[in-house]
Amino acid sequence: MRIRAITLRILQQFIHDRRTMALMFIAPLLVLSLMSLVFGSDAYEPRIGVSGGAAVFSSALEAEQAEVTSYADEASGQAALKAGAIDALLTMKGDAPAIVLEGSNPAANRTVIMALQEAAQSLRPQAPGGGQLQPQISYLYGAEDMKTIDRFGPIMIGVFVFFFVFLIAGVSFLRERTTGTLERLLSTPLKRWEIVTGYVCGFGIFTVFQALLISWFSIQVLGIMMTGSFGYVLLMTLLLSMSALTLGTLLSAFAANELQMIQFIPLVIVPQIFLSGLFPLDTLPLWLQRIGLVTPMYYGSEALMDIMVRGRGWSDIAGDVFMLIGFSLLFMLLNVLALRKHRRM
Amino acid sequence: MDEGKPVIAVTHVNRAFGDKTVLKDITLQVNQAETFGILGPSGSGKTTLVKLLTGIDEVTSGEVTVLGVRMPKLAMLQQIGYMAQSDALYTELSAKENLEFFAALYGLKGGNRTRRIGDVMELVNLQEHLRKRVDQYSGGMKRRLSLAIALLHEPPLLLLDEPTVGIDPVLRQSIWKELKALNRKGTTIVLTTHVMDEAEKCDRLAMIRDGVLLAADTPAGLLQATGTASIEEAFLCYGGVRR
Ligand SMILES: Nc1ncnc2c1ncn2[C@@H]1O[C@H](COP(=O)(O)OP(=O)(O)OP(=O)(O)O)[C@@H](O)[C@H]1O
Ligand SMILES: [Mg+2]
Repeated sequence: MRIRAITLRILQQFIHDRRTMALMFIAPLLVLSLMSLVFGSDAYEPRIGVSGGAAVFSSALEAEQAEVTSYADEASGQAALKAGAIDALLTMKGDAPAIVLEGSNPAANRTVIMALQEAAQSLRPQAPGGGQLQPQISYLYGAEDMKTIDRFGPIMIGVFVFFFVFLIAGVSFLRERTTGTLERLLSTPLKRWEIVTGYVCGFGIFTVFQALLISWFSIQVLGIMMTGSFGYVLLMTLLLSMSALTLGTLLSAFAANELQMIQFIPLVIVPQIFLSGLFPLDTLPLWLQRIGLVTPMYYGSEALMDIMVRGRGWSDIAGDVFMLIGFSLLFMLLNVLALRKHRRM
Repeated sequence: MDEGKPVIAVTHVNRAFGDKTVLKDITLQVNQAETFGILGPSGSGKTTLVKLLTGIDEVTSGEVTVLGVRMPKLAMLQQIGYMAQSDALYTELSAKENLEFFAALYGLKGGNRTRRIGDVMELVNLQEHLRKRVDQYSGGMKRRLSLAIALLHEPPLLLLDEPTVGIDPVLRQSIWKELKALNRKGTTIVLTTHVMDEAEKCDRLAMIRDGVLLAADTPAGLLQATGTASIEEAFLCYGGVRR
């Protein structure tokens, strides 16, 4: 009853504040469109696995700046490829080489194929049968025509949803405090957890629509690669918004005004973006990679990539789903505790 | 509740923020169905005292009981209508939406809710502005809307922090008339003010200065005790101009 009252009030506030509503719905679409137009690619050192007879390519590939790992048999190479430890696996099919690309990163795909072609050129004199060296190419995930935006897309959906929901939820909770309405709420028989839950429900309804719109726009209008289930994309987007919403309202307790809320962007949002898998993490020091493991965005991007690029299902994203639910519940609990500062009971 | 027992009992209350003691050893009682005024200059601790009565804030030492229950206690908030010193309204919503929201928080439903909203808006003379957005209200209108919200759930105890600031004399008089009518129905009212003529309308009056309770008595009693002709003089007599 009381939670419903808060939920309803937040919806009314949104309806009256068209500009904020537009920010929540239109801005992410705008930025995503821009990204899909702009994104080029950058240099990348491919990691190539070789097994069996393909080992003859090793030194030639290394000369092309590739990081080469040898596998005793094709099966262990395939496993490494699935786990994402290597970008491609080179094997011999008869006397012709065959390469399987992991495929989810277009920049990696391109550099692997280029390195392979250069290596083949340099090996040509020694190779038997001359022209046989042109390898057969196949993909584990993704496809030949995958563009950079197809890889960044899923992460960017996560990033923008997180960013806008964090900011808007955080600022509206903060304003509740600075305008004195929080104190007024706390002078009613409302319990602290009811306030927090009311906020989650009120914003939750909005984020459902936001998630729907952003997912639909990215896939249908921008044509970002999508091999998995739309329902799962929606679920992940929604859960990510939930964690952003609960984190935003929690952190607003530690900001004195709107400007201080904005100051959380470089502290809380930007590091999460960098550690979310947008850029290869393997080159980072281990402690920095570990920090990524305690950020909601890491799990959100991971799962969105799995669904959209790799077409994976429930068993692969379940862990991420539970992590995000866990984050949201934790942030809510901490927020209920943070409100003790204003009323102990 | 039984006669004679005070609605509010404040005993040896201290409230400190850090090492600054804002209320010093305050002891006072408020009886049922009276208007109890808290008079004092700016920064004397009026708001702090009212917040202790609501239970939003807690004493550093001493005890506050409201209707026989030791504060703070969540369930007591249903019995209290609180009007904060600053208008705590959702300005992007209409007056009606604000009232409906707070009515729902106090558990008012359906026809009863609509009836109460009509009643309180009439009482503060805002019935034609029910559907207006609050950011289009004037300062005095916002003040009246805050008062209307405090009255919504017909609480037996009203705690009003400077309720008539920014309200014109005519309307102020009509609000006082309504407050007195509530008194007759058994509602206890505690309000803060630094307007002297308003203080005279209270049944009993507490004077605070720098967190110290100077006196608590009926206005007539205060005049008699100090031998002065007005509350203002009485206040000066108790405070700075000690003889
Ligand atoms: N949260 C707080 N932290 C520190 N000091 C505070 C706090 N709240 C109030 N004070 C101090 O307590 C004193 C009394 O404040 P209070 O708001 O109760 O005054 P007041 O009598 O209501 O004044 P006014 O008539 O201006 O509203 C002031 O000196 C103020 O600085
Ligand atoms: Mg005050």
